[in-house]
Order: sequence, then structure tokens, then C-alpha cells
Amino acid sequence: MTIAEQIITIGLCVLATVLTRFLPFIIFRGNKPAPKYVQYLGRALPAAIFSMLVVYCLKNVNVTAYSFGIPELIAIIAVVALHLWKRQMILSIAGGTVLYMLLVQVVF
Amino acid sequence: MSNKKDLKAALFAAFPFTVPILAGFLFLGMSYGMLMASRGFSFLYPCLMALTIFGGSLEFVAATMLMGSFAPLQTFIAALIIQARHLFYGISMLEKYKGTGLKKIYLIFGMCDESFSINYSAEIPKNVDKELFMFFVTLLNQSYWVLGATVGGLIGSFVTFELKGLDFVMTALFVVIFLEQWLKEKKHYTALIGLFSSVLCLAVFGSEDFLIPTMICIVGLLTVFKKPIEKAGGLI
Repeated sequence: MTIAEQIITIGLCVLATVLTRFLPFIIFRGNKPAPKYVQYLGRALPAAIFSMLVVYCLKNVNVTAYSFGIPELIAIIAVVALHLWKRQMILSIAGGTVLYMLLVQVVF
Repeated sequence: MSNKKDLKAALFAAFPFTVPILAGFLFLGMSYGMLMASRGFSFLYPCLMALTIFGGSLEFVAATMLMGSFAPLQTFIAALIIQARHLFYGISMLEKYKGTGLKKIYLIFGMCDESFSINYSAEIPKNVDKELFMFFVTLLNQSYWVLGATVGGLIGSFVTFELKGLDFVMTALFVVIFLEQWLKEKKHYTALIGLFSSVLCLAVFGSEDFLIPTMICIVGLLTVFKKPIEKAGGLI
């Protein structure tokens, strides 16, 4: 690739990203409220999105080969348990991550 | 206009929410910068791409695209597919980002997975300006990513073995946000629809191609079950 081709390639990545982020705001702008159906989606989507993002983070975990997703499972249980116990975001995340690092570096 | 005291209060309120992302983005951003360096690119590439694209997964893919032959249409379509999930974030933030003035442009530009998740779910203290809080969450997150990518590009090869597994910090963040949402809801129909759709599509389409089918599946199920979901108050 020439420098110009590289700039176009990166530019297209920027354009695609900006489009997907701005589109809903461009379509439903102004003082008119968005259609009822879109308002419904806006309320109903987030919980579904958070599920999707958790699965997205775990998409490359292979449950049929060593280590069978066991470190991920243990660490997620630790995050949930810590969070239910103390309800401190940073503690839950740090605790689960340190445990996961120990598991993949030392145990598995 | 906001005075210094408001700015400071919002920054101090926003920072703790971004600490996990500080760890995750520095680590992932550095991995990305080092990947670019290992392929012979100057640190300016990861730095400028982090500033302008600001979408982690696409930037990793773009690193590979830049090594191949020039294919603008393919690049654009692949980028749209990877980034399509942001449409959902926009629809969910229509209300929250309403009336945020000029800041709105940056809030939307910088709306990555993490900034969306925090700005949607965080309980912002009452004495803090909401717009400024969301602005700082977005700005801090992007700064971490740009810093990580630039430093990674500068140092090039560097032994990261001791940090193996640190990327789990992003998984842990989304698990916590998921859990917080779960605890707030009376019913869990929409969370379960999301879980069911993503696991099913991951199994059927594989890890590379499951996001778009998952999104279609989620919208389809939310539409089919609109009445029962609204009736049961399965929403906040």
C-alpha cells in the first residue's frame, strides 16, 4: 500500500465508525420525540446489550479444548460473588482480574 | 458555562468509574501499538488511529488490513459490520445525550463499548453536572487508549508475559455492569433475550461473524415480545 492508500483505508474505518455512532442521533434529532417503538428499543436494548458484551468478551474461549473455559468461569464467579458481597465496582473487577491472571499464569 | 469547581467535581466523580478501563485500555492499547510496531509501522499510526477511529476491535483488524492489498469497499463493509453494535448504543442514549450542546458531538464520537456502558449505567452523584461527568468518562477512556497505543508503538517489542490475563479486566467490567443492571430490574426478560441470542448466534455463526446475527435476533425477539415485556415492566 502507498501512503495515500493507507490514509484512505484508515479514513474509511473512521467513516464507518462515525456513521454507526452518529446515525441514530441524526435520524431522531430535533425536538420531536423519537417514535414510540424506537423509545421502547432504547429502554429495552441496554440489558440485552450488556449480555451481548459479556458474551463478546468470552467469544474466543474454547470449552472443548484445554483449559475448557474453567479459568474464565472461576474468575466470573469470583467477580459476581465479590460484587454481591461488597458492591464495590473496582474491588470486584480487580479481585476477579488478579485471580484470573493467577489462574492462567500459575495454575493452568 | 461551567466553572472550574464544576469541572473539578465532575472529573473527580468520573475518574473512579474509569479506573478498570485505565488498566484494560493501557494494556490492550499497548498490545495494539506493539502489534503495529512489529509490522513496521511508526508509532504515529497507532497514535493517530486511536485518536480518529477509537474502536479497539476495528483497530486490530485495520492493522491487518493495512498489511494487505488496497481494497476500499471491502474495508468499509468490514468496518461497518464490526462497528454496527454502536447503532444500539445510539438508540439507547438518545435521551441521555439530549440537550448536551456542543459536548454531544464528542460524547457520540467517543462512544466506545466502555464509555456507553458507564454513561448509561452509572449513578451520577446529585451535586455533579451530568453532562460534564459523561464528557469526562468519555475523554478519560479515550486518553487511556491513545496513551497505551502510542507507548506501545514507541517501545515496540516488550515482554508482556507477566501481564498475561490482564485483558480479563474488560470482561470483569462488563460482568459487573451486567450484574448491576440485573439487580436493578424487576424482570429479566431483556437481559435473557440478549444472553440467549448471543450464545445461540455464537454457537451457530462462530466467533468472527456472530455480532450482526445477534443484533438481528435481539431486535426480533424484543419486537415479538414487546407487549409482554412492557406489561411486565421488564424495563427500568
